[in-house]
Amino acid sequence: MKINSEEIITLSNDRIILAGLLILVLGFFTWRSDLDVAKPLLVSSLRMVIQLFLIGLILVYIFSINHPLLVLLIGLIMLLVAGREVSARQKYSIKGLWSYGIGTCSMFVSSFAVSIFGLLAIIRAENWWDPRYAIPVLGMLLGNTMTAVALSIDRFTANVWNDREMIEARLIIGETSRVAIKDIVRDSLRSGLMPVINSMAIAGIVSLPGMMTGQILAGNSPNDAVRYQIVIWLLIAVGCGFGSMIAVKMVSTKLFDDRERLRIDRISLKSLN
Amino acid sequence: MNLREFSCACYNSILFFFVLQVRELRFLDWNSMSFTVDSGQCLGLSGQSGSGKTLLLRAIADLDLNHGEVSIRDKKRSSFSGPNWRKKIGYLPAESKWWHSLVGQHFDNTENFSPEDFGFSNASIIESEVDKLSSGEKQRLALARLLSGLPEVLLLDEPTANLDPHNTNLVEGLVNDYRNKHGAAVIWVAHNESQLVRVSQTRLLMKNKSLLSYEN
Repeated sequence: MKINSEEIITLSNDRIILAGLLILVLGFFTWRSDLDVAKPLLVSSLRMVIQLFLIGLILVYIFSINHPLLVLLIGLIMLLVAGREVSARQKYSIKGLWSYGIGTCSMFVSSFAVSIFGLLAIIRAENWWDPRYAIPVLGMLLGNTMTAVALSIDRFTANVWNDREMIEARLIIGETSRVAIKDIVRDSLRSGLMPVINSMAIAGIVSLPGMMTGQILAGNSPNDAVRYQIVIWLLIAVGCGFGSMIAVKMVSTKLFDDRERLRIDRISLKSLN
Repeated sequence: MNLREFSCACYNSILFFFVLQVRELRFLDWNSMSFTVDSGQCLGLSGQSGSGKTLLLRAIADLDLNHGEVSIRDKKRSSFSGPNWRKKIGYLPAESKWWHSLVGQHFDNTENFSPEDFGFSNASIIESEVDKLSSGEKQRLALARLLSGLPEVLLLDEPTANLDPHNTNLVEGLVNDYRNKHGAAVIWVAHNESQLVRVSQTRLLMKNKSLLSYEN
């Protein structure tokens, strides 16, 4: 329901350039004060502009074609990129393709499965795969749960690496691997879930969530916008929780073999850029 | 008793003699190793630092990748899960590790543990904080923790390295008593020649990635 019959204000190129000038000013001051962030700041701003214009074009195309296979294709590409991103964010990662597999698999559960549930059971559009709903929902879930999954895997492998002698000492006296890493698992899941718990706690008071803001700007009633936002947050929390649990479970399965030996040799230490 | 049961019993009693049986054990690029330790016996293992003594103990305890057959009283290692096997094999690493804040939290049961046997005048040592203990105290408590699980084999990696002569004596006595009382098999790794002469009945030497019979 539009409460505003007026057309939404289109932001013309010159207005976008005005915002871009601000970034240049910031870049100048950070460069002057030797902060070493000027270059990455400009590069990622530029990347963001190009990526968003591209996805805008793609979305216009997808909306006009309106075919489920095309939605599925875009969804899969988003999923694979998110999976890669999760594995790329690890300081200590599982050797070989497993790292990628674990990232993608847990992103599938945390975002793909949860999105499908949300679209089918909660939003219930005429065509449940309708790209106008499916792509924003999937995108928001992927973006938010990716952080949680990446954080919990990172915390888990880093803690196992740091506490490897202690874990092994516990295995030596005959503890099972599950008992020996119980505290680490709990700790990693907590650190994965903490951002979403904190965000939900301040939602609407300190920050207005992006999706809701967008809908309000587009002229929808705040009441409708709030309802969408609530559902999205709950789905994000569910996705973060299950995604992190599955990710940590998969990593821990790889770190112990069939004799429950700690296989620290399966962790590789890579330097993050 | 029919014939089959009789032959079975004979077979068991012969093999029961060997508490620990290691056959063609291989790890990394070390040569394959085979030996047995009889019930109530102690095998003294010596060799230079880095010769692989600890690796051998770790391989028997199934902590690193290894091949070959190890059995306790004729029960093969493969018939146990990793954790259950390690409960039977009491491996005492050279350096003890503690992960809870209190000593007692590391014990499954403290009924069999008597502090004075391990040289503690303080009867409530079990309730003390791990961080406040000396390395010698930790080493003795690690042995107490190990023995409280009643393992059938003891793999001791320099168990008296941090101890003064009095406590060294005490630990040697404790291990002797344990293996006599429970018929346990012991492998004792040490650099101290005279200690190995005191505590062990048979000797082996690790040299050039092989296990050799010990000759003076």
